[in-house]
Amino acid sequence: MGMTLAERILATAAGKDEVVAGEFVVADIGLALLHDIFAAQVFDMLGEVGVDRIFDPDKTVVVIDHLVPAPSAEAAALHQRIRQHVTRLGIKSFYDAGEGICHQLLPERGHVRPGMLIVGTDSHTTTYGALGAGGTGIGTSDMVYALATGRLWFRVPETIRFELSGDLEQGVTWKDVILHLAGRFGADAAQYRAMEFGGPAVKNADMSSRLTVSNMAVEMGAKFGLFAADEITDRYLRDRGGEGTESFTPDSDANYEAVHEVLLSGLPPQVAMPHEVDRVGSVVDVEGIAIDQAFIGSCTNGRIEDLRAAAEVLQGRHIASGVRLLVVPASRAVLKEALDSGVLATLVDAGASVLAPGCGPCFGGHGGLLGPGERCIGTHNRNFIGRMGSADAEIYLGSPATVAASALAGSIADPRHLEVSNV
Amino acid sequence: MSDDLLTGRVWRFDHDISTDVLSPGQYAVDPVEVRMLHVLESVNAAFASDVMQGDVVVAGRNFGCGSSRETAAENLKALGVACVVAESFSRIFMRNAVALGLPVVVCPGVHDGFADGDRIEVELGTGRIVNIESEAELRGDSLPSEMREILSAGGILAVLEDQTDR
Ligand code: SF4
Repeated sequence: MGMTLAERILATAAGKDEVVAGEFVVADIGLALLHDIFAAQVFDMLGEVGVDRIFDPDKTVVVIDHLVPAPSAEAAALHQRIRQHVTRLGIKSFYDAGEGICHQLLPERGHVRPGMLIVGTDSHTTTYGALGAGGTGIGTSDMVYALATGRLWFRVPETIRFELSGDLEQGVTWKDVILHLAGRFGADAAQYRAMEFGGPAVKNADMSSRLTVSNMAVEMGAKFGLFAADEITDRYLRDRGGEGTESFTPDSDANYEAVHEVLLSGLPPQVAMPHEVDRVGSVVDVEGIAIDQAFIGSCTNGRIEDLRAAAEVLQGRHIASGVRLLVVPASRAVLKEALDSGVLATLVDAGASVLAPGCGPCFGGHGGLLGPGERCIGTHNRNFIGRMGSADAEIYLGSPATVAASALAGSIADPRHLEVSNV
Repeated sequence: MSDDLLTGRVWRFDHDISTDVLSPGQYAVDPVEVRMLHVLESVNAAFASDVMQGDVVVAGRNFGCGSSRETAAENLKALGVACVVAESFSRIFMRNAVALGLPVVVCPGVHDGFADGDRIEVELGTGRIVNIESEAELRGDSLPSEMREILSAGGILAVLEDQTDR
């Protein structure tokens, strides 16, 4: 019988001709990712079990991105420990503070290839599914085992396929699509399962859009959020100086647990409302709700395409008084491109504060947190209670265009209504 | 394997028990001896003080949802919980539990099939769950041998130590 993308990835990594959903395999790790929240702990635990080397320093990537620039002496000390371990273990793919967010850097710097099995100590490791790679989050003990042996056990997941068709309207993005899917199917719709995104509409989804969708697959519980590799994948890899790729697709007779047909035509811009990612509605339903802060950044929507979309909305205008607009480029390369292309000037002229590439305030660590009763709309992926500071704050999630339009209006706004509201 | 048959007293919980409830944030950096005293306190204040070695946690859907923090599973294990049987688990919690040597069984119907204090029999190899009081039998998912090997070693780091000793 044919295999889904998830089955094919795990069969390859386990050195088998075929695997089926439900089967357990021991698979070779293609790439292991650690970031500054867990890296030092994992390296210490390795030492505690008497392991003083890792399976492959060239397949291990360490990124300092969450606490950047170090907001406290403790964070700075944590970063020092990580640098010592990285040197000791001979890890060359080390991205220090300021280079960017792990999930941006791995694709951008050519670490991710279609078909690869990638584990990370971070739930949004699903992002790499955009390139047809099986990325998934694991805990610290599993990571210790993976680093020591280069292997880990996996249950081959059932796959839910989303057949997407139709054309997105002007002002509507793939962020709106994944928010819509989360709202329609629910936050645990893909628990233990892989999601596969296909159908005619994905041919119009550029790599940046696919990264957004795969990033948020985990908000529906998914183990993997996969796109087949195609010409868009091939071009993305070549543009970054890597080798291109052949197509990497599921078999036509693959077995799916469910196939959902979703028509994207006519979908209006979407927002997730406090405090659940699957509490989703149309922007028009919440238009006019006042905001204190707007945030454009994160591994979901901090790429140049996202900054450009925001700049198009903000061009020649200024954000409402009383609103703070934070822009956090996902990487130094994104920042540089925004600088060279004039996008950054547009954003700053409109009133944005630009922060160092990294996670910024996304997970509530630092750099733009919310006070009690404050309301924020952001381009990130989670709006749980207390995620960005005060437990009495409210977080809405939307596309870069929606967030930019809201910053202009001082309240949640539909980017398509901009001309009207400015009259 | 006699290892694979567990009997114990049931503590029953609802759906969507999150990692915040299993490992409250304000004790996150405390040692496990402190953390384990606050497990589930927001939903059952007596649990952490009265739970005994070998007791079994029974729960509804999506047990362990939320963050990837491993302390959620570590705390339950430290209190002596022998096994968690739930309608479903969040994926990363399930992985972490196995990695730490805490058996987990997915069993549809278990939430309504048990009350606090019932006695439960869990056969890890087959997934057979029995309510010793009512003699009702439920069919959960069997735990594959790969997972049982990690569990009987006491967790994935114990497996690793065995391998590196060789
Ligand atoms: S940007 Fe946010 S979601 Fe992404 S890795 Fe950083 S903290 Fe996590």
